[in-house]
Amino acid sequence: MNDTIVAISDVSKRYAGAVQPALAGVSLDIRRNEFFTLLGPSGCGKTTLLRLIAGFGMPDSGQISLDGKLLGQTPPNLRPINTVFQSYALFPHMSVAENIGFGLEMLGQPRETVRSRVTEMLRLVRLEGMGERRPAQLSGGQQQRVALARALAPAPKVLLLDEPLSALDLKLRREMQIELKRLQTETGITFVFVTHDQEEALAMSDRLAVMRDGVVMQVGSPENLYDRPANLFVAEFIGEANFWNATCLERSGAGGRFAIGTSKAVMPVAEAQGLAEGAKAVLVVRPERITLGAAEPGLLHGTVETAVYRGSDLVVHAALAGGGELRARLPGSIAAAGLIGTATGFAFPADAVRVFPA
Amino acid sequence: MNEARHPLRLPGTAVLAALAMLFLYVPIIVLVVLSFNASDMTTIWTGFSLHWYAQALGNDTMLVAIGNSLTVAAAATVLATAAATSAALGIARSGGRVRTAVEGLLGLPLLIPEIVTAVALLMLFVLVGVRLGLMSVILAHTVFCIPFAYYPIRSRLAALDPALGEAASDLYAPAWRRFLRIELPLLAPGIFAGALLAFISSLGDFVITYFVAGPGATTLPVYIYGMIRTGITPEVNALSTLLLLASVAVVAIVFRSGTTPANQTRGEKTS
Repeated sequence: MNDTIVAISDVSKRYAGAVQPALAGVSLDIRRNEFFTLLGPSGCGKTTLLRLIAGFGMPDSGQISLDGKLLGQTPPNLRPINTVFQSYALFPHMSVAENIGFGLEMLGQPRETVRSRVTEMLRLVRLEGMGERRPAQLSGGQQQRVALARALAPAPKVLLLDEPLSALDLKLRREMQIELKRLQTETGITFVFVTHDQEEALAMSDRLAVMRDGVVMQVGSPENLYDRPANLFVAEFIGEANFWNATCLERSGAGGRFAIGTSKAVMPVAEAQGLAEGAKAVLVVRPERITLGAAEPGLLHGTVETAVYRGSDLVVHAALAGGGELRARLPGSIAAAGLIGTATGFAFPADAVRVFPA
Repeated sequence: MNEARHPLRLPGTAVLAALAMLFLYVPIIVLVVLSFNASDMTTIWTGFSLHWYAQALGNDTMLVAIGNSLTVAAAATVLATAAATSAALGIARSGGRVRTAVEGLLGLPLLIPEIVTAVALLMLFVLVGVRLGLMSVILAHTVFCIPFAYYPIRSRLAALDPALGEAASDLYAPAWRRFLRIELPLLAPGIFAGALLAFISSLGDFVITYFVAGPGATTLPVYIYGMIRTGITPEVNALSTLLLLASVAVVAIVFRSGTTPANQTRGEKTS
């Protein structure tokens, strides 16, 4: 399971004329058969990294290896890696079948093999009978499937996907997320997926790397990144969270007690390594970990400003007593009417808190 | 759809446009009409006749000139189009200042007065020792046809998604197969248009040809000029009409064959 297929070690890249490097010492191990996502805001270097894996451009320094072999200056056409392009890049002058068969044809496969593989791929992406059409005659979603089939047909060791869903509408995107996950499981091919959509990344990935300014901020499973973000950037980028300025009042064992803002609220924290007593910190708590509690001095409380019922849950915004805001996702069974405008107490377990130095 | 009511349209533009069109085409219409004139006098109409066409087509020296013109145009078109295609592809792959500089240099010959190019080429040929003949004419035509061929190809290439070439490489196509299977067919309409422009420019060129053509390398425009010096006869009109017909035919053929693939690629770009 810990078998590495793509090893990226200390890769840096700066484009000619750019001040900031696109990648600054990136190291990553992508494992065989996993769905790996590069997640980050635009300009974070995720697409650059993908292009270096594909062979479109070479790193300024550092190494990329595939299956233990250094890729070095190997051109894209000699790398057993295929790409699904953001623009799909379907060949407009060829039929769907010719597009899908192109890779195998270039590899010198016999015509019969190509034909049966094309049929198989059309079935895999549920486009049976569309082989003779031109890409321009297909809808965006269908073109997307052809691009996938074309990249999967030569059975590459790694499939790279560069924001392939960004051009689709929300409904189609949700469908394709499930579809991609299915294709990845069925084919057993390692997928490296680039996106700026954290929801998409969480939904699909086995593991993901969050990037910013050409640097990997954290690598891990979606659960790991959501529950245990390594820094404020990851905590902010993935999911929703409350961020409260706090002061460390007391350390005991791994944890401690923190005063939130200027209020008298003092909350226990299970893990507060690296923070000394008196240190300024930021507490991060996910909204769904917050529950209703007693509105007493010394505990967290505030006035509920809005409470939006969303069926399964009730999204509550409150102004905290000592300044600051709170966002909580309470069970939908709690009545909104009783909360709005009232001073309400809030609580969360000590292990729901992540603490970062301010 | 009622364009006549367009608020920004100035009054009288339709009249001006009609006059401009008249100015453009009246000489050509007069030329064509007079080519069917029975009279010896070019400008006095006496009756309809195909006499001058028969005489023109029976003129052996003139047929040789037509042969020379077609040979030169065909050779120069092939050479200039190949050079222009390579230039467009090469420039697309380079970027920034190199690109701007090379593009400027490629387009400059269009702005240089033809007489300057003609004298310069003549001097160069004499200097290097190229014998003036059909070969020197082909070389000269190739030179001035390159920018004509280049621009349609470049604009076609600019509309092409660079990811298409990358996708071909990504799917194991070595550079030459990528070119033959992806870039060449997708650029074909641009290459066609470029070749057409080069062909027409070569066919009609007089100034440069006049300077660099040696004995036995007389092209049709040079031949017609020679005829005019001994007095304009309706035979010149007939010849010019034939040349016009040939040009229009080439344009029509290439335009027809070129439109279909162009539309396909444009449709694809909507994604």
